Amino acid sequence: MSDAGVIAKVPVLDVRGLTRRYLLGDVAIDALRGVDLALAEGEFVVLLGPSGSGKSTLLNIVGGLDAPDGGEVRYRGAPLDFDDARALTAYRRDHVGFVFQFYNLMPSLTARENVALVTDIAEDPMEPEEALALVGLGARLDHFPSQLSGGEQQRVAIARAVARRPDVLLCDEPTGALDCATGRVVLDVLARVNRELGSTTAVITHNAVIAGMADRVIRFVDGRVVGDARNEVPVPVSELRW
Amino acid sequence: MVSALGRKLGRDLWRLRAQVLTIALVVACGVASLFSMRSAYDSVRGERDRWYGSARFPEVFASVRRAPRSLASRIASLPGVSLAEARIVEEVTLDMPGMAEPVGAHAVSLPPGRRALLGEVFLREGRLPASGRSDEVLVHEAFARAWALRPGDALVAVLHGRRQRFRVSGVALAPEFVSVMQPGALVPDDRRYGVLWVPEDALAAAFQMEGAFNDVGVRLDRGAREAAVIAALDALLAPYGTTGAYGRSRHPSARMVDQKLTQLRGQATVTPMMFLGVAALLVNMVLARLLGLEREQIATLKALGYGDGAILRHYLAHALLTAVLGAALGVALGTVAGRGLVALYKDYFRFPALTFRPSAETLAYGVLASVGAAVAGAFGAVRAAVRVPPAEAMRPEPPPRFRPSWLERMGVHRMLPTVARMVLRELERRPGRAALSALGIAFAAAIIVAGRSSLDSLDVVLAVQFGRAQSDDVTVSFARPVAQRARFDVARLPGVLFAEPQRMAGVRLRHGVRVRDAAILGVPAGAVLRAVVDARSVRWEPPAEGLLLGRALGDRLGVRPGDTVTVEDVEGATAPREVAVAGLVDDLLGLNAYMRLDALDRLRGDGGRVTAVAVRLDPALAERFLARVKRLPGVASTSRRMAVIDFFRHETSRMSATLTLVLAAFAGIIAVGVVYNNARIALAVRSRELATLRVLGFTEAEVATVLFGEQAVVLALAIPVGLALGKGLAWMVFQGVDAELYRLPVVVSTATYGLAAGTVLAASVASAWVVRRRIGALDMVAVLKARD
Ligand SMILES: Nc1ncnc2c1ncn2[C@@H]1O[C@H](COP(=O)(O)OP(=O)(O)OP(=O)(O)O)[C@@H](O)[C@H]1O
Ligand SMILES: [Mg+2]
Repeated sequence: MSDAGVIAKVPVLDVRGLTRRYLLGDVAIDALRGVDLALAEGEFVVLLGPSGSGKSTLLNIVGGLDAPDGGEVRYRGAPLDFDDARALTAYRRDHVGFVFQFYNLMPSLTARENVALVTDIAEDPMEPEEALALVGLGARLDHFPSQLSGGEQQRVAIARAVARRPDVLLCDEPTGALDCATGRVVLDVLARVNRELGSTTAVITHNAVIAGMADRVIRFVDGRVVGDARNEVPVPVSELRW
Repeated sequence: MVSALGRKLGRDLWRLRAQVLTIALVVACGVASLFSMRSAYDSVRGERDRWYGSARFPEVFASVRRAPRSLASRIASLPGVSLAEARIVEEVTLDMPGMAEPVGAHAVSLPPGRRALLGEVFLREGRLPASGRSDEVLVHEAFARAWALRPGDALVAVLHGRRQRFRVSGVALAPEFVSVMQPGALVPDDRRYGVLWVPEDALAAAFQMEGAFNDVGVRLDRGAREAAVIAALDALLAPYGTTGAYGRSRHPSARMVDQKLTQLRGQATVTPMMFLGVAALLVNMVLARLLGLEREQIATLKALGYGDGAILRHYLAHALLTAVLGAALGVALGTVAGRGLVALYKDYFRFPALTFRPSAETLAYGVLASVGAAVAGAFGAVRAAVRVPPAEAMRPEPPPRFRPSWLERMGVHRMLPTVARMVLRELERRPGRAALSALGIAFAAAIIVAGRSSLDSLDVVLAVQFGRAQSDDVTVSFARPVAQRARFDVARLPGVLFAEPQRMAGVRLRHGVRVRDAAILGVPAGAVLRAVVDARSVRWEPPAEGLLLGRALGDRLGVRPGDTVTVEDVEGATAPREVAVAGLVDDLLGLNAYMRLDALDRLRGDGGRVTAVAVRLDPALAERFLARVKRLPGVASTSRRMAVIDFFRHETSRMSATLTLVLAAFAGIIAVGVVYNNARIALAVRSRELATLRVLGFTEAEVATVLFGEQAVVLALAIPVGLALGKGLAWMVFQGVDAELYRLPVVVSTATYGLAAGTVLAASVASAWVVRRRIGALDMVAVLKARD
């Protein structure tokens, strides 16, 4: 995957002292308790951690969907202004691709159109057909989500996320709702996208086996980063077993 | 103790309060219109029946030129006749202070030293003229109000050319003058036309009618046939120059009252139906949505042992409470509106005691109608949801199935952006709902168009009748046909630039077995001041010989151009003649025929008479002219064209402002009800999709396009449909108008169309704007966490 040398450059995403607290009545839950993290150009990172450790919270803030209570997020050196909803929208639109556990496709649009939804508003996007070919769905262009399997729907979601050639691809449990074989296909697609487009990719998973394919594995416990390890020799997806 | 389900009901209603309220308002409009119009109908009708009965309003009427008093007892003894009252009725003029032109008045004789047998007056103020005082009169309340006349005030009248001073002894009403309108007027003008009761001896003396009468009213025996009495009366009165006996259906005042009642009954049915139909649709939409959300709850309730009936009642209660809230608002609103309506009618219909008296029956009817609409809207949705077996209901609803729309299959999709396709497919997935929503919004526009079109039509009638057909400054009408010399008498008065004679002749036209009484208007060849003009303002020139018939008259006689009709002189002075019909004119008012003046004179064979003279005046001398006309003998009325137009404009603009406001409020409430609820439902149902779009980087405005695109399409379809529907409704309403009185052309002005479209658009945009603000609050994080 990527060279170790590029890490010296300005990181794509730079997270400093990030905190996020949820208030549920009188109870305060600290979902993030000061997270520092830098993602380099083209890295494939896996985020591991027990349920409730703050992985999704971090990804949502980094993707501009949620605002932190403290700390900052820099995108290519420029801090994100979380008070400026328009700027956040533009950030998501121009730089970020999301893949979710439950696909979140538009039921009224075909595979091709779900991708077109994003390419319509992006600058210099791929053709929807090209993006769908990239995820191996070149033959199912005109099927509606209800006519596709879960794995196929997830691949449409990935095609939708990558079609605008995002700098950052954020995936929250992309294989969570899929069986093992289908999950492998989806992961393979993510790896290919990371390789071919060079998008910096962050994948949240509960499945430690998946960590084997990453350049880097970050472990979360209780709102803090507790481990940050580099995989010198990532395992190809086809060799992952679970 | 409130049950658990009861508490759930309360919380649901509170949570959905905005939607409940918008629906309740639509229900309220329905109930208010039903309650106010039906109550007003009942009030007018009840008062009419009561008074017609207690004052013994005649059932058959007839006029003669002059008949001996002795004939009255023979009339009373005709079979089927229980009572007859013979009177003298004359057109006189009044010289009112501060009014340049003479004011027309209808003078009716009061029997000496006794109460009238029939059509007894109701004294509002003062007393009857003292017996032996022939200089005391009663004035009609409408006229008294317009001129602030009180008992004791003086009044100068010109009776048959002689000025006479009278003293007002009382202010009165009579069942025959519930509506007081000068013949040919579009709206009642109480300052320029009134009713006067004069002691019989005074009237008889002025008009040389001692020992005679010229008007008779007859009350029938129970079970007597009106037609038979009319025929008998016609036969008896024929030698005395009768214009033909007629029943209440042709009595000018009774006819106006009945006309209004018919109209009111129609409106009291159609208007509430539109509102309640929309309310049923909204209840259905909102409940279907709620039930969709609560599928699993319903299954759980069933699993807990609640029966279908209990669950059905729980959700029906939502609809019922909304309806009851609407009905309560509606009755309150309807009471205010009904009072207003009755107050408005009081200006046009003079009854002794017209009050807004809603009946318990109407109240029950209003509440039942609203509950009925709510249940009709709710039942289908609720039953379908309750019937789903619990095991199936526990599973989430299957995802909606979409297909390329038929528009796309035709190839349109290549031109459409992706977002537009989403909108189109949503629309096509539920075409029924979209169509019903469009119909609801169309009703909103239609209400304004239909409601205002009557004003637009009257404007056209005014423009045709007083802008095109007439171009005189003043028309002086005589009480009866006078020698042609009168034309020159008028022409010699100061200020007259040009004078043109007219002749109006009452005739009976026969064609085969069909008979109609009508008036022939005779105008000189090439007339300038009074032309024959049709609804499209096209001028018709009466032929040298023969008749032009108004189409309403021609249709009633079954006559076509080229046919011949028999013209009988109603006064029997000349023998019947066959006259050719040269054409049918789409005229607007009354049953009329038109002839060239010289042809009409020849038909009458009396060497020429005139009944009116139209003049063009030097404006500087108008006042002097009118002052002199006041003293001209035989003048029945003087009408100034501009005064008629101004008065009409004044009267209608007063009404138009209120009407427009009420209609706009009605339309706004419907449009808000439909658009707001649709948008709220769409927002709730599609929040996941919409939040996902936000995640993908769509701006709030772009998401709004997806959310409101459907509403925009529905609105774009609904508005033109609504405008057309409104015109159709107007047409239906006009069908109910007595076509022998006037034929309103179905016209809708651009302003009315603009108002209808604008109001609906504004209400829709406002509703959308309120919902639009919720897009910013869509929770992007939450929506990613869970499956639907
Ligand atoms: N909207 C919220 N309101 C209150 N607390 C929240 C909310 N969202 C998250 N939390 C809490 O914040 C903490 C971190 O949640 P987060 O979703 O980031 O965990 P996670 O690591 O993604 O867990 P999982 O692996 O189960 O998805 C948890 O304790 C969670 O309960
Ligand atoms: Mg998570």
